[in-house]
Amino acid sequence: MSRSIKLKKGLDIQLLGEAEKVIAPLETLQYALKPTDFPGIFPKLLVKAGDTVKAGTPVFYDKYREEIKVCSPVSGTVTDIVRGEKRALLEIRIEADKDQEYLDFGKADPSALSGDEIKEKLLTSGLWPSLIQRPYAVVADYDKKPKTIIVSGFNTAPLAPDMDMLVHGHGPEFQTGLDALAKMTDGVVHLNLKKDAPVSKVFEKSKNVQINYFDGPHPAGNPGIQLHHLDPLNKGQVAWYLSPCAVMRIGRLFLTGKYDDSRLVALTGSEVKRPGYYRLTGGAQLKEMFSNNLSDAKNRIISGDVLTGTKIPEDGYLGFYDNQVTVIPEGDHSEFLGWIMPGFKKYSTSRAFFSWLTPQKKYRLDTNLHGGVRSFVVTGEMEKFFPMDILPMYLIKAILVKDIDQMENLGIYEVGPEDFALAEFANTSKENLQKIVREGLEYLRKEMN
Amino acid sequence: MKPIKKFFDNIRPHFEKGGKLERFYYTYEGFESFAFTPPTVTKVGSHIRDAIDMKRTMIFVVVALLPAALFGMWNVGYQHFLAIGQESTLLANFWYGFLKWLPLQIVVFAVGMPIEFIFADIRKHEVAEGFIVSAFLIPLILPPDIPLWMVAVATAFAVLIGKEAFGGSGMNIMNPALLARVFLFFAYPAHISGDKVWIAGLPDTMSGATPLGIAASGDMSAMPSIMDRFLGFIPGSIGETSTLAILLGAAFLLYTGIASYRIMISVFAGGFLMGVIFNLWGANDYMMIPAWEQLTMGGFAFGAVFMATDPVSASQTNTGKWIYGFLIGLLAVLIRVFNPAYPEGIMMAILLMNVFAPLIDHYVVQANVKRRMKRAQFAVKKIKGI
Repeated sequence: MSRSIKLKKGLDIQLLGEAEKVIAPLETLQYALKPTDFPGIFPKLLVKAGDTVKAGTPVFYDKYREEIKVCSPVSGTVTDIVRGEKRALLEIRIEADKDQEYLDFGKADPSALSGDEIKEKLLTSGLWPSLIQRPYAVVADYDKKPKTIIVSGFNTAPLAPDMDMLVHGHGPEFQTGLDALAKMTDGVVHLNLKKDAPVSKVFEKSKNVQINYFDGPHPAGNPGIQLHHLDPLNKGQVAWYLSPCAVMRIGRLFLTGKYDDSRLVALTGSEVKRPGYYRLTGGAQLKEMFSNNLSDAKNRIISGDVLTGTKIPEDGYLGFYDNQVTVIPEGDHSEFLGWIMPGFKKYSTSRAFFSWLTPQKKYRLDTNLHGGVRSFVVTGEMEKFFPMDILPMYLIKAILVKDIDQMENLGIYEVGPEDFALAEFANTSKENLQKIVREGLEYLRKEMN
Repeated sequence: MKPIKKFFDNIRPHFEKGGKLERFYYTYEGFESFAFTPPTVTKVGSHIRDAIDMKRTMIFVVVALLPAALFGMWNVGYQHFLAIGQESTLLANFWYGFLKWLPLQIVVFAVGMPIEFIFADIRKHEVAEGFIVSAFLIPLILPPDIPLWMVAVATAFAVLIGKEAFGGSGMNIMNPALLARVFLFFAYPAHISGDKVWIAGLPDTMSGATPLGIAASGDMSAMPSIMDRFLGFIPGSIGETSTLAILLGAAFLLYTGIASYRIMISVFAGGFLMGVIFNLWGANDYMMIPAWEQLTMGGFAFGAVFMATDPVSASQTNTGKWIYGFLIGLLAVLIRVFNPAYPEGIMMAILLMNVFAPLIDHYVVQANVKRRMKRAQFAVKKIKGI
């Protein structure tokens, strides 16, 4: 039964530098896996520098859930293991061979397999980390069956890549992936699309799935928001969500027997000279993308979107879950008496700047924090950007005082850090809400297990 | 601009770690960030942020106060020259009032700012801007002739006991500016109530009662016209007399989205409803004042626009804000009509509801929690097939 849901709260931040619909290949031999990409995984290494790996060879596993493995996206040699403070594992760098070799996990028809057999296949092939679960917004547990699985077929984040570009021509893979997912839940697999927007043929023709339509600004495309409105999560229940690209990756495994992490990535942002799409393999070094393609300003490169992405250096690597790279200017400059200046070019959700007199269609925003961190003073601000029946500020406060009962009562199992990204953007007190929520979820998960 | 930047860059090392004045870093930071917005960039979370910050928010409340403050200064002079029976010009009126207001403002800053800076240095956090608004509010809710030492004591009380004792800006339970006023009201009632204090330099033989005082005395013949009350040509605290000027500020606050429209509307609605109830009751002349005229008397409008909307001491949930504001309006009119000892009902009503705001929020939050519990129970029943 298809559903149509209208959301009013939220905000579409219009930024300069949308990707043009041209695709170029990105040639590189440098790859890396970043354990910090994977929420809820405590990495234990399986390789050391000098080892040779194939595409699909496990590189590290989760200390507390040993069957969850993360595999190399390419065949080649492990060149470097980068550690940070307290020996935290940051990057496992791999130099790819010229000719790629893949481990063969065997072709299979998901409709002929049982749910457990499909699970086994995803775990051994290293595709399992594509599945994220609520509660806790971490890589899914394998011993709990989800009551529902959400695939968000549209992305509302600033400058998000066009979903049709990403899935175009991959219909069979997408459908096979959906078939596999359907076997793993007793409930429904939801495919959510944007209402009154052009729909990709791949999505339109999907079967074995319930298609719903959402209307509204960002974060309507967040799977957590969609889950809340379709089938809200109660204590003790589990739901999974994953991106259409991850569905395709799963489908590809069943169709070819290979761990094939080739994907399209949109290079976006105001500082990119020629924003567009690149075809590459997950974990690729992005340096090539940027050569002669960025403005001369001091820039920040983000793997992901401007609200939830991760800062990477110019010779950094693509994040595991990302289909987008954004480049915006750094904002390390001060302004004389900025608190009273009219601010014709400033962007604000309040009307405290005169930029509403000179509205621009699209903005070039930098990374300036615009003020100092304060206690919570302004109220009712987070609510405007939080389309769930949850009181965001009270939940944040419950997390800050580590009151587990109150966190449960206020619905912490339903939220993920990214759902707070817009509230964080708009927050007058400049509190880092996503970090607070992530720490709260980690604390709760530790206490509960 | 550049010399100022250079000045700050020159003295900065003294305040940074290892410098001689290290312990005053946050005082330095307070001044520097006042002159130049900090060049801080985002480190975690969202890479871009809204341009709004606490300084801008607070300063905009001060901007919204300007019409009421400027009119109030003029009115202090106007009332003074009217009382002593002397002709005066617009400018002379304003200048007289300005000179009455200025010392009050200086005293409030001289007492309050050092306390704020000292606490910021002790607690090692950046100086919060909340006091800027309190500091501009305090003189506007006082009678023009109040002794300066009293203002100093009241300001110190409000900042220390009203705010810092609870942990500083954002943590206080009651509105600090109102707390300063209520402190004076109970500690030195002769200087902030009655009919002698509301006009600067009032000759001893004359009475300068406010409309609230007149209404409480029951002699309605002395009541100024409704136009005078609405425009503000009446005696009273410096900034509270002109409902029109206050409404200009309100429009600014609502347009910029800085103050809560929920609270503002509901305070006026609550006060109006209580006025209507009294009109229907009609036991005495005070009750017979038309409901909407109640809203123009005393500090009702000022309280509704600038005091009740203080986000820290108000209800924090959207539903709670409606209830909170409505009860303030209701109680304000109720108190002023029933209790002649407290003609300024809005002050009492806001402080009372400040205390009750967390309770209102508690019930709003519990309602949300119960919805979720019900959903969970329903889900369990569905699974069990009941």
